[in-house]
Amino acid sequence: MSAVASSISSLQSRFGSAILETIEFRGEHTVIVSGEKAHDILASLRDDEGFDYLLDICSIDNAGSVPRWEMVYELYSLGNGNHQHLRVKFCLAEGVKVDSVTDLWPAANWLEREVYDMMGIEFEGLADHRRILMWEGYPWFPLRKDFPLAGRSSEMPDVAFTESAPLEGGPFVTSPTSQSTQHREPRSREME
Amino acid sequence: MPATVDVPEKLHAAYDSKIEGNVIFTQVDAAMNWMRKNSLWPMPMGLACCAIELMGTGASRYDIARFGAEVMRFSPRQSDVMIVAGTVTYKMALAVKRIWDQMPEPKWCIAMGACASSGGMYRSYAVLQGIDHLIPVDVYVSGCPPRPEALLDGLVRLQKKIEGEPSGRKQFVAE
Repeated sequence: MSAVASSISSLQSRFGSAILETIEFRGEHTVIVSGEKAHDILASLRDDEGFDYLLDICSIDNAGSVPRWEMVYELYSLGNGNHQHLRVKFCLAEGVKVDSVTDLWPAANWLEREVYDMMGIEFEGLADHRRILMWEGYPWFPLRKDFPLAGRSSEMPDVAFTESAPLEGGPFVTSPTSQSTQHREPRSREME
Repeated sequence: MPATVDVPEKLHAAYDSKIEGNVIFTQVDAAMNWMRKNSLWPMPMGLACCAIELMGTGASRYDIARFGAEVMRFSPRQSDVMIVAGTVTYKMALAVKRIWDQMPEPKWCIAMGACASSGGMYRSYAVLQGIDHLIPVDVYVSGCPPRPEALLDGLVRLQKKIEGEPSGRKQFVAE
């Protein structure tokens, strides 16, 4: 059994029902956990299983399904030549705040600020809770599914302004068929 | 008695090229334009990958110094041409405009690369679709990134544009 698989099974013995699902695909392991216990599970992974390196934090917008948001944590175990990679996911509903993991990994500071800036998910315990890519006062969260790719007009005098970009029918999304190009690459489906 | 030379009252405008060197008669416009175009000091607004090609153009192989532009003054107060090299995000756009406003006249702008000319491949919420939304651009250089030779071609085109400007008339003739 690989090291990650043994970490996952000891995690399951420790947390039981909080581990909702484990997926393994071509050597990549994903653990889907319950949102309430997520911080404890991540702390246990860092302390007991040796996942000392936080690679990334990202989020998924499942617009239309409930719960809407998913948080994804990519963990890595560096020490002793382990090089084990684990992904931890959990779902959360609208308006729920996520427990920040900056106390576990300080790198989570900027990663969580990016999630807040792009998706609008708020974090409990994040000290510096401001936007990181867009500017303070930008009215929307750009990576949500209901925000158009071209952007919207906004104006903050002396700080920044935005305009909607001309897309000319793009981006051209491909779907795998053997029919003609018009079927394979339909024009974009803009959400307004 | 020492030998004296007959010095006439009025001297002719005698010009002997062997003694006095080369003298050219020209127009004030042409003279000012010649001076300006051959010493265009760039303000490198290097924002992204095009800045690497700008550095390459300034290095020894493609040598922008041959055209008088080796003094990459990062101070807008001391530069003539702003080379906007790279993607202009909305967050950076007003800073670029502020730097442009600080440059004294006469000033020109080269938009280097696709992103500075028109937003490039980034048709999105965060990228200004061309720096010409904010400042007047004289030369657009296309490419992603443009080769150093292309940037030098743009610089030479700017020099040709400057040749035709009515600089002397602007300075010395009342409007």
